[in-house]
Amino acid sequence: MAHSGTSLAELNMRGISKSFAGVPALANVDFGVRGGEIHALLGANGAGKSTLMKILSGAYEADEGTVEINGISYVFRSPADAKAAGIHCVYQEVDTSLVPHLSVSENIYLDRIASSTGGSWIHWGKLHENAKQLLERLGLSKLQPKTLVRDLTLSEKQMVLIARLLAEQAKFVILDEPTAPLSIEETNALFAIMRSLKSAGIGVIFITHRLPEVFEICDRITVMRDGSRVLTEQSSELDASGVVRAMLGRSFEEEFPKLPATIGETVLSVRGLESGNRVKGVDLEVKRGEIVAVVGLVGAGKTELSRGLFGADPISRGTVEVAGRSVDVRSPADAVQAGVALVPEERRKEGILVGSSVLHNLSLPGLKSMSLFGWMKGKQERGFANDQIRELGIKTTSADQITGFLSGGNQQKVSIGKWLGTETDVVLFDEPTKGVDVGAKRDIFRIIGTLAQQGKGILYLTCEFAEALGIADRILVMCDGTIVKSFARGQATHEDLLYYASAGKEELA
Amino acid sequence: MKKQLLQFSFKYGALVFIGLVIVFFSLQNEYFFTYSNLTDILRSISIVTFVAIGVTIALTVDGFDLSVGATVSLSTVVTATMMVWYEMPLVVVLIVPILVGALVGLLNALLIVRIRIPDLLATLAVMYIVNGIHKTYTKGYSIYNNMPLSDGSTAPGTMREDFLWIGQGKLFGVPFPVILMLIAVIVMHLFFKYTRWGRQMIMTGGNEEASRLSGLRVKRVRTYAYIASGIFAAIGGILFAARIGSGQIDAGAPMLMEAVAAVFVGYSVFAAGRPNIIGTFVGAVLMGVMVNGMTMMNVQYYTTDIIKGAVLVLALSVTFIHLYRRKS
Repeated sequence: MAHSGTSLAELNMRGISKSFAGVPALANVDFGVRGGEIHALLGANGAGKSTLMKILSGAYEADEGTVEINGISYVFRSPADAKAAGIHCVYQEVDTSLVPHLSVSENIYLDRIASSTGGSWIHWGKLHENAKQLLERLGLSKLQPKTLVRDLTLSEKQMVLIARLLAEQAKFVILDEPTAPLSIEETNALFAIMRSLKSAGIGVIFITHRLPEVFEICDRITVMRDGSRVLTEQSSELDASGVVRAMLGRSFEEEFPKLPATIGETVLSVRGLESGNRVKGVDLEVKRGEIVAVVGLVGAGKTELSRGLFGADPISRGTVEVAGRSVDVRSPADAVQAGVALVPEERRKEGILVGSSVLHNLSLPGLKSMSLFGWMKGKQERGFANDQIRELGIKTTSADQITGFLSGGNQQKVSIGKWLGTETDVVLFDEPTKGVDVGAKRDIFRIIGTLAQQGKGILYLTCEFAEALGIADRILVMCDGTIVKSFARGQATHEDLLYYASAGKEELA
Repeated sequence: MKKQLLQFSFKYGALVFIGLVIVFFSLQNEYFFTYSNLTDILRSISIVTFVAIGVTIALTVDGFDLSVGATVSLSTVVTATMMVWYEMPLVVVLIVPILVGALVGLLNALLIVRIRIPDLLATLAVMYIVNGIHKTYTKGYSIYNNMPLSDGSTAPGTMREDFLWIGQGKLFGVPFPVILMLIAVIVMHLFFKYTRWGRQMIMTGGNEEASRLSGLRVKRVRTYAYIASGIFAAIGGILFAARIGSGQIDAGAPMLMEAVAAVFVGYSVFAAGRPNIIGTFVGAVLMGVMVNGMTMMNVQYYTTDIIKGAVLVLALSVTFIHLYRRKS
């Protein structure tokens, strides 16, 4: 090992359990990380990785279990407690932890400047000098201490955050999917930094969905599934297929069987669609009864594609045809009228109104058909809502329950169910299983399958390749704003998809 | 037990408080709890209630309308000049100020919905403009019967009798403005509870983006809300002119705060935690009862402001403590 032989810190979480509103999220999980190691934490969405890390970083309190550092047990009641013990977390949304109009140096030393221990006078020269040394230690000398953070790229912002936790004398660092939005060069730069953290004796917990990275950089691997730990091994002892098997448990096909549907004529046809700077000329077709998955890494433009098709973002170029009619979607209202529905990724912000009742959420898109001269037909509205609650298996005390109190999966069912009261030909799903437990996931796949059986065209946008492989009749791989590859059902493997999603362009050129 | 008591106080606290206030004033002054005084109170709040309904509508779509006071002023003088300067028939006298109110609302909507100026700033600017317009229009004078004009002549008209009846008359022994107010409260309550458009406004205010992505034309909904706010303020102005029998300048200036206070007291009624018509009405009643009672006890009008403000703070505290408890 590169670091000197002084005693390194060791962190152990033992028997951690946590449930939310009676639903267990973690059951008796053991997890440990040593100073000077990079430890990958893997698992499908909803496996409990982020809950475990939130407990470690003090955002949640565990119901049971202990956290020990060097044998001393700690109780973290807030992120500040965890930080005081040397545990820091770099979240995926870097902008939430940075002040855009302050300089790199100020952002690095933000906590110290803000806290009472920092003294009341800021020595600008010393501040920038310290920042510079710190950045050099991380091999980041190209970052200027006086640059304003708002002028940095996303990957540079990550680096500022990493520099900050070095300044805070972190002993353990959680990196939550840091590579998801990064390009290959940026990822390599990040790995270089992770290696220097490692040689500085810091224990790094690395969360990612990209398996090849794991074997490239990690010393140990822990896999979680359904709230439990299923394995912890040296990465040299494992291979990719073994990890995938551990992550999924049963194969996807066994877990979520695909419903058969007859495929009819083309119902959605998109030509040369451009929108914003993330969607750069997309062609695609969806037939009645067909489930077409669009897969891609975070930042490939999937969400933007769905928003463009739905009129939520302006389309700058291209044509959209729904059921043979050319439609001009300038607003979601136009799209709904043309027979297109969207189940958006940001469920709580965009899919449902958390403060309103299940009843009002479900009836929202169909208000017109449920009213007569503007007067709401109360019975019809309630009947529709009760039908949906029953058929979709929405777990709620009644239709009048506030939607925000439901679990993630049940909120998602509301977000889907509200469209079942309107005449739709095409349903767009953007990451519908994000933050949803396994049971609800099964229900959601069943609903999607039923919609396809009813002859609707389904466009399923996801970064979970396993889902696309399991559910889709066709898979389109999206990279950097365009569709780079198309696979029929059964033709592609996980590796194929990952290959085209991350480097597809080079292959085609 | 303690929790139940808390729940009870959140839900019915405002009503119990009004009850206590009424009992208190009744004990202080035997004249307070008489039919004529109680109808007096209702008549005194009828104008503010109309303005407050407008503010409630704007708040329902998660907007704010600071220009309502200025709109009341403008509408009052427009109404009066229709009669005093132009001798118009009753229909015109009523329709023109309502159109003016709708126009102010449309201007607000243009600035907020299209140009996307934050609602507080946009309506603040419009408040300024409308204030200036109403004084420019009357050259700074209040409007009264046969008033002298700047060219030395006198105005040809007087305030119409049938118009004044709107503000001063009685129907079945109940002051007519009170009847109008009750109709407006009931109609708007039904509007929000049972109509599609009311629901669209509530949903838009709840989460504009989610509503938009559900296919609502949220810009249109918000525009209508600001227009409605302007119209209700204009009706307030018409009633003011009918009540006073002249067109006072700056008549609406104090109404903004009174209306806003009524609306926010209304947040705490039945623990709604959000704008609602019944709450707004209860808030207006509470304010009216307090002013009336304190006036009877010879409390100075400037002192009543302190107490009104304190009641508002109390209501807001109850509302927000409750909201944050519910969240956590």
